[in-house]
Amino acid sequence: MGGHMSAITLKNLDISYGTTKIVHDVNIEVAEGESFALVGESGSGKSTVLKAIAGLAPDWTGEVSVLGKPCLHKPDRRFAETCQMVFQDPYGSLHPRKAVDMVLREPLRVHGIGNRDARIAEMLNAVGLDQRFRFRFPHQLSGGQRQRVAIARALMLEPKVMLLDEPTSALDVSVQAEILNLLKALRAEQNLTYLMVTHSLPVVSFMCDRLAVMNKGRVVEIAQAKQLHTGDFAHAYTRELYAASGAEIDTEDTL
Amino acid sequence: MSDSLLEIENLRVSFPTPKGRVEVVKGLSLSVGRERLGIVGESGSGKSMTGRAILRLIRKPGLLTADKMRFDGQDLLGLSERKMRHLRGARMSMIMQDPKFSLNPVMTIGHQIAEALKVHENLPRREVQARVIEMLEAVRINNPEAVAQMYPHQVSGGMGQRIMIAMMLIPRPDLLIADEPTSALDVSVQGQVLDLIDALVREKGMGLILISHDLNLVARYCDRIMVMHGGEVVETCAAQDLHKAQHPYTRGLLAAVPKMKETRSTLPVLDRSAWGGT
Repeated sequence: MGGHMSAITLKNLDISYGTTKIVHDVNIEVAEGESFALVGESGSGKSTVLKAIAGLAPDWTGEVSVLGKPCLHKPDRRFAETCQMVFQDPYGSLHPRKAVDMVLREPLRVHGIGNRDARIAEMLNAVGLDQRFRFRFPHQLSGGQRQRVAIARALMLEPKVMLLDEPTSALDVSVQAEILNLLKALRAEQNLTYLMVTHSLPVVSFMCDRLAVMNKGRVVEIAQAKQLHTGDFAHAYTRELYAASGAEIDTEDTL
Repeated sequence: MSDSLLEIENLRVSFPTPKGRVEVVKGLSLSVGRERLGIVGESGSGKSMTGRAILRLIRKPGLLTADKMRFDGQDLLGLSERKMRHLRGARMSMIMQDPKFSLNPVMTIGHQIAEALKVHENLPRREVQARVIEMLEAVRINNPEAVAQMYPHQVSGGMGQRIMIAMMLIPRPDLLIADEPTSALDVSVQGQVLDLIDALVREKGMGLILISHDLNLVARYCDRIMVMHGGEVVETCAAQDLHKAQHPYTRGLLAAVPKMKETRSTLPVLDRSAWGGT
């Protein structure tokens, strides 16, 4: 996989909230079609990096570009057509008074895309939701179904790059498995590029090709996901995180 | 040591809905000695309701019934609310999930911990202070005198959870119920908090009921495991035998967890129709 163009380029990226600098000097290059993870503890700045790319954390310096186009310091309509974000909490990220149909229709309307009914029906199929969910409200859906709707909404504009902010951490393990399978299948079908924030190393092992480990606003190590099998990491912090994630327990096969 | 600290038979918790009463715990029986019992299940399986029911914290219109509910020889169902209040905290206590919502934001940490003690024991002020500092040291907080003066927003999540543990353990209870004590915390802090609970439980010979959705975590910190689904116990087994679990639901849950050395290209998904689940 991986074309010649890089999907996401971050160069010397510093991000601040007010006068406090949160992220220091991040350099990451994600290839087209790659699935890349940002891992670290809460407060390490991993979600902030995603927000900066999406224009939601406007106070940054350095260089950010997606598919060769430099990003702006604010939400951008053109940008939304190539890059979309899925948030952590499906309970908070869907409007409680908008039915699924309306949620999925909105991006099409904003961007003036036609053939809306057919596109919505097709997208519901793609994310594994029955057509009968189309006119339901978020409170009539389970957590996993809501996250499917959030993923469907992000895919409505047929983006090439997806920013995933802990897409499964609010879900039960069995539902997490469904959503991870879905994300993996969608990436293969539509040749998407993923930049995914997570704190779970096993999820990285399942979903991603490479990972960057962040600590206190800095990237301490960029490694191959394969290294999770052996645990040979260069940086002490990565090894610590690896040990804390229970590397030793699942050596005995649970299946 | 006594055989069983807590004995429950046929525990039922139900809530009224427009379509009639719905049972969220359906006839659960358990007995816990001075050991570590884990209750695992997904959201909606009734595991937290079981924890709350043991402390009789099911509020109206919820309804709690059981054939038998005995704690250290006392019948919990027959106790007055006043007697129950004496028991709660002093003899059995509960650690809640999120320190952010469970600590009083306008009270210093020292005061909150002291309050937990003063409600149950009549001690001179100096001794209360000494016990608070001692407890903060026991939960491995550096510089306890300074932390006791702070407010909850000034401490991190992991520290907040350790303060909760201190507060729950200071009256020296016999049974500790920990309801997802670490799910609001980072993995690296999770281990520390659970090791701490584990050490304190062993040291003081308490009983522990650890409620969690994380199978591996429970397997690591408990002696016995109860798997709940849809308000019922589907399987009980010794922690080291978890990977030999028989019930298809337990096996499904185990298989659905991604592994560090993942080689599968898709994760197996639970066939929910088999149990009529959501």
